[in-house]
Amino acid sequence: MSELRGVIVSHAALAQALVSAVTVITGVDGALLAVSNDGCDSGALAARITQAVGAGPAVLFVDLPGGSCLTGAVRLAKGKADLAVVTGVNLAMLLDFVFHRDATPAEAARRAADAGGKAIRVPAA
Amino acid sequence: MSIALYRVDDRFIHGQVVVGWGQPLDASFIVLVDDAVRASEWEQDLYRMGVPPHMEVIFASIEEALRRLPEWEADRRVGILLTGDLDTMAKLADGSNRVGKVNIGGIHHRAGRSERLRYVYLTDAEAATLRAIAGRGVDVTAQDVPTARAVPVGEFT
Repeated sequence: MSELRGVIVSHAALAQALVSAVTVITGVDGALLAVSNDGCDSGALAARITQAVGAGPAVLFVDLPGGSCLTGAVRLAKGKADLAVVTGVNLAMLLDFVFHRDATPAEAARRAADAGGKAIRVPAA
Repeated sequence: MSIALYRVDDRFIHGQVVVGWGQPLDASFIVLVDDAVRASEWEQDLYRMGVPPHMEVIFASIEEALRRLPEWEADRRVGILLTGDLDTMAKLADGSNRVGKVNIGGIHHRAGRSERLRYVYLTDAEAATLRAIAGRGVDVTAQDVPTARAVPVGEFT
């Protein structure tokens, strides 16, 4: 099984900032690609995501659980076993993902969602 | 309160609509008018995902919207009506005589369009459609979010 690619789809420059942060922290370069929806209608965003995904397989990490980034990602992934979508992307899930890319997209998406969710805490002050 | 915002936005339901406008307007329902989305349950599910549980989403064809506009205008709650293109909004404005203001929220680049504002790209024909809507007494402005300046139609067409 080939290693998965992660494609972060976000508003503004969030995706690129997350890619930079993951690279700085892990030293892993090239596992993640950033797609911004800036200036895109649905067709232009679909083209950007398609180009980033390439031949696949890939997990699409979307910033919000709704909106243009999600609709673009879900439309592209619909009916494709080599693509999976996760919403609510955060740095913790991406750090886990880059070291666990030898899995199916669906498995990797579930693992990433779990890792990201566990990182959300309210520490005692 | 009725429909507080008639908006043209080719992304339909997204953050600027739900949060940017929905919060300050205290909107309780969104009407999405588009014949293709009205015919697709899957597309409707996708758009519902971007809306908080307390906000109702109504999907309507152009014909249904023309018939139900009086009902939505009489609703005690605040609503937002969205179309994805200018032609649909023009049909609603022409067919109902109930659309007093149109907000251009996002029409993005594609072949044949040129940039008019950072978030508005139009063909010459689309610019003419906008001027025609305005010519019938509708207040047409471009404004992506409430905190931005409302740009009069004459400044971008």
